[in-house]
Amino acid sequence: MLENTKGPRVSDIKGAVHTELRHDSAHKHVAGTAHYIDDLPEPKNLLHIYVAMSERPHARLVEMDLAPVRAADGVACVLSAKDIPGHNDVSPFAGDDPLFATDFVEYVGQPIFAVAADSREQAFAAAMKAVVAYEELPALLSIDAALEAGSMIEPAQVMAQGDADAGLKAAKHTLKGSFRIGGQDHFYLEGQIALASPLEDGDVHVFSSTQHPSEVQHLVAHVLGRPTNAVTVEVRRMGGGFGGKETHPAMFAAMAALAAVKTGRPAKLRLDRDDDMVITGKRHDFKYDYEVGFDDDGRISGMKVGLASRCGRSTDLSPAINDRAMFHVDNCYYLGDVRIESKRMKTHTVSNTAFRGFGGPQGMLGIEAVMGRIAHTLGKDPVAVREANLYGGKGRDTTPYGMTVEDNIAPELIAELKASTGYDMRKAAVRAFNEGSPYLKKGLALTPVKFGISFTTQHLNQAGALVHVYADGSVHLNHGGTEMGQGLFVKVAQVVAEEFQIDIDHIKITATTTAKVPNTSATAASSGSDLNGMAALDAARRIKARLIDFLAEKYACPKDRVTFRAGHVYVENRELAFADIAKDAYLNRVSLSSTGFYKTPKIHYDRSVHKGRPFLYFCYGAALSEVTIDTLTGEYKVDRVDILHDTGRSLNPAIDRGQIEGGFIQGMGWLTTEELVFDTRGRLTTHAPSTYKIPACSDRPDEMNIALYSKGRNVEATIHRSKAVGEPPFMLANSVFLALADAISAVSGYKSWPTLNAPATPEEVLKAVTAMREG
Amino acid sequence: MTGTVKFILDGRVHEVQNPDPTETLLNYLRYGLGRTGTKEGCAEGDCGACTVVVGELQGDGGVRYRAVNACILFLPTLDGKELLTVESLKGRDGGLHPVQQALVETHGSQCGFCTPGFVMSLYALYLEGPNPSRARIKDALAGNLCRCTGYGPIIEAAERMHTIAPDDLPDVAAAAKALKAIRRMDTLSLSAVSKLTGGEKKYFAPVTIGALADLAVAYPDATFLAGGTDVGLWVTKQHRELETLISLGDVPELKMTRESSESLEIGAGVSVADAMELLGNHYGDMGELFRRFASVQIRNSGTLGGNIANGSPIGDSMPALIAAGAKLVLRWGAEERTIPLEDYFITYGQQDRALGEFVVRIIVPKPAEGLKYRAYKLSKRFDQDISAVCGAFALTLEDGMVTKARIAFGGMAATPKRAEKTEAAITGKPWTRETVARGMVAMAEDYTPLSDMRASAEYRLRAARNLLMKAFVETTGTADTRLVGDKELAHA
Repeated sequence: MLENTKGPRVSDIKGAVHTELRHDSAHKHVAGTAHYIDDLPEPKNLLHIYVAMSERPHARLVEMDLAPVRAADGVACVLSAKDIPGHNDVSPFAGDDPLFATDFVEYVGQPIFAVAADSREQAFAAAMKAVVAYEELPALLSIDAALEAGSMIEPAQVMAQGDADAGLKAAKHTLKGSFRIGGQDHFYLEGQIALASPLEDGDVHVFSSTQHPSEVQHLVAHVLGRPTNAVTVEVRRMGGGFGGKETHPAMFAAMAALAAVKTGRPAKLRLDRDDDMVITGKRHDFKYDYEVGFDDDGRISGMKVGLASRCGRSTDLSPAINDRAMFHVDNCYYLGDVRIESKRMKTHTVSNTAFRGFGGPQGMLGIEAVMGRIAHTLGKDPVAVREANLYGGKGRDTTPYGMTVEDNIAPELIAELKASTGYDMRKAAVRAFNEGSPYLKKGLALTPVKFGISFTTQHLNQAGALVHVYADGSVHLNHGGTEMGQGLFVKVAQVVAEEFQIDIDHIKITATTTAKVPNTSATAASSGSDLNGMAALDAARRIKARLIDFLAEKYACPKDRVTFRAGHVYVENRELAFADIAKDAYLNRVSLSSTGFYKTPKIHYDRSVHKGRPFLYFCYGAALSEVTIDTLTGEYKVDRVDILHDTGRSLNPAIDRGQIEGGFIQGMGWLTTEELVFDTRGRLTTHAPSTYKIPACSDRPDEMNIALYSKGRNVEATIHRSKAVGEPPFMLANSVFLALADAISAVSGYKSWPTLNAPATPEEVLKAVTAMREG
Repeated sequence: MTGTVKFILDGRVHEVQNPDPTETLLNYLRYGLGRTGTKEGCAEGDCGACTVVVGELQGDGGVRYRAVNACILFLPTLDGKELLTVESLKGRDGGLHPVQQALVETHGSQCGFCTPGFVMSLYALYLEGPNPSRARIKDALAGNLCRCTGYGPIIEAAERMHTIAPDDLPDVAAAAKALKAIRRMDTLSLSAVSKLTGGEKKYFAPVTIGALADLAVAYPDATFLAGGTDVGLWVTKQHRELETLISLGDVPELKMTRESSESLEIGAGVSVADAMELLGNHYGDMGELFRRFASVQIRNSGTLGGNIANGSPIGDSMPALIAAGAKLVLRWGAEERTIPLEDYFITYGQQDRALGEFVVRIIVPKPAEGLKYRAYKLSKRFDQDISAVCGAFALTLEDGMVTKARIAFGGMAATPKRAEKTEAAITGKPWTRETVARGMVAMAEDYTPLSDMRASAEYRLRAARNLLMKAFVETTGTADTRLVGDKELAHA
């Protein structure tokens, strides 16, 4: 395919890559005919499972009498640690996530047993009959408490470049500070669910709403004490995932599978929303400490950053999440001599887990807050300070982890966004408004994003696919990626349509199942289309190569005279239909099925010294946000947002714009209204949408302009030179947080700069406003 | 007496013999009928994934269609109504409704789980007629949460839906005829055996106030069911078994509104949506407050009487109505009594209501000439959130003096409560910053708020005081003070 600076050439087929295509299930979503697991016809004799939870954050389980539970009406079986034939562990790797607590409980909400009964009501009523006695132990309920106790899930990690102390000492200006960054509940609209059916030989089939079917498969087998091949896990679609369905679904799948295998009856576990929010992990909250040295232009020469996060009761994915926080402490900026220390605190709260951005947002928000403060300290324009610090120039292209930034487009993106939004005029207008408005104050901020793409755990960067071409020319597509709304399935189908040069309508998108593609990685780290698109491409190319061999031989022509183009296959000047050659190939005993495989090149990382090239490439974007705050109440409104984001040569611009807007709004929620509150007894008190507030329709800025970077093209040979899009736009919302800080600063006539903690709830904003007033 | 619940579904009468009175409509749809398009996202009326549209026969013979949450609606309350679910929108040729088509075209779904709920909220909006304003669209969608799209494409779909030709138009006349045919003239009486306790569960839906009063006396321990937006959660979240339910939903006297030259009378069973319209005409800011009261779905189901009768310290209607000087009419047997609204709330969880007594109506005086009325709701999120602080101010200003002040707050005490010390500190004083400052100091004597997941005690008191300042600024100057809603109201 020819490529030129005006953008990619688009094939003359329906569903070509680089075209705007609707989500493959859109017409079913709107009609209510897209099936989620709870919508599947319920099998005969179905059991319903209720999960009983610990009511203490840290305690010895002195007594757990389940006899009354077993005796209750409708109960088919009761599951506890003693009923596990295999291993009592559903952790991704560390071995510290018991399916059911044994001697100790370590968070409020930890599963202690489960009941399978004829109805949900009976399962719940039975569970309430348990006699459970605790001997309470001291509980660590916050980052500070864990820091004081030195309670960590692994040793502190240090990433450094140069001599940070020397860099700080040499700097003309230095600043020191500390602030807090809150966690976030995923609030996928479809809660956690699993439906298990017993098969022959004690095998089991599990429908699981999961981003990681292979891990669910492995862990269900592990719990059952069976080989992996005894378990099949299937998922057609999730009602949202966002990272919350990466490690946690295994817990519920294992309980359902256990009940099914024990009773010989199918079993469903569908969590109530409140239980879901109490039992499952969230985004890590962080404490961010910094000391930064800079020159008169605000250019940083040395920096020390201390990160401490709440990992909760177990390891889960916290090491990689906190590593990614460290990887993004720099964002787009060269930090000079830098030392980043990251502490991963073990607390007696729910085990925190993957969430869109995977630690990156927390790392990145810190440096943006620091940039805002540096600009204020020097009385400089904050964008100018950011620009002065961007990667680029001699000796300024190495990250704190030793990777050379080779694809830096942040300077161009920022310049383009500044120009397209009239940044200087907008800033002047905000200042003028504030002059004349005593109670409402406006704020403005532009922040960039640079986000590393690849799993930082190297072996995860692999993917498989399975493509069949049937004798009528219709195509069956399967791969290891899962669909959670992000449009992965349609993108991969576009890749296959493009390769075969057939309309996408001929391609059947099928449910992800461990029986078709084994040993897959989670659909996570924004990697879905990069990895699975390449694997599917490989499978399609293998089939195509066999077809070319067959046609070249049949028509006695060179292979390069067989081409696939615009819905047809051309053999020299013969125009053949794809369906006809499929049939012909079948009749001539040509295999029309192939697996495909991909592994990401170039990446390597030595975690013992935190050096290497963990990422194949970076995604970039920039956003300008304007907000108004009410200085009497702390309420605020995001008035306008302008985004310029790079998705390379987008596989599907419509899907990518959806990811950008959705990611931004989710990020905005994280930094504004979404507040997780634990009480003094370790109970989450914001465990339902009545108390935990994700953005609603009216929170969307009245004006929101989203543009894809028109010159975008991945310098790495990714699938059709596109870039990942799932996570990076989330961090564009940092601009909202900084705009709020700017508006608060206006209360002091820009004499002071606030220390603002995230989330910036109205209460937090009013607190900062009051501090401004009191000087 | 009859034990059959009848409603219209897909143009046909749908009968359910003696259902469990507290089975939710959502569960009945999904697990009873296998109509799984309607989803459960929270089972507490907060996310909107379960939104359906219910049609009700109106006094003028027409049918009004409104979006409601199926997850907390008890099945028997559908009796005599028409139900439309996402499956009902399928065209004769199996095609998509314009609302659905618009969502497809604008990329309005990603994971798709919330989508059927959005479809039904948009459908209710669609029936209101073309060209809804942006503000109207956002209000109509305030009760539907989407975690994927960021809402932009859904708003765009709302703007586009009327440009797509419908496959077929709803036949309102036929619907009205069908509804008339199933109209019930006597008490609906249901009895079921509890699956959990084995005990009897009873449900009554009388159609006259006399029958209601008799039932209330006969079953003094019964739970009154109005919109069910709170009682529904007792079942879905607290797993409570409600032995006897008496529905107020079919009693015409409780559904009436009356306007005289001095006052507005609102039946206890009038929906918050209808009350909002009437009250908003007279107290502009009360209308604005009610616009932010929960969501469209909750306002359509929930009643003003229910919000008051429950006595929650954080209900939004009470401070607004107390400041306006509202009175409450209660009835026990044949006896009626009238009390000032603020006297109804004795302490947390305890109200001035005898067993078997029920709220009949609320009487709200019309604002006197020159009354300055302001109502403010503070919450983490503007829409569909429970207030951390809700404050209302009714000030009579004459020649720059405060001659009368009624100030009430929610979220500041164990009950909705008047700020008597604050009122005293400003009454008879010139309406100046100095007076406001005195009022702000006095407020600490009125309230000792609590800290909880919505806000700290410090924020509550600071913000409540600042609201007095806000009321001052708005009634004396022209500076911008409002971020959302009708900004004209600030200086009205």
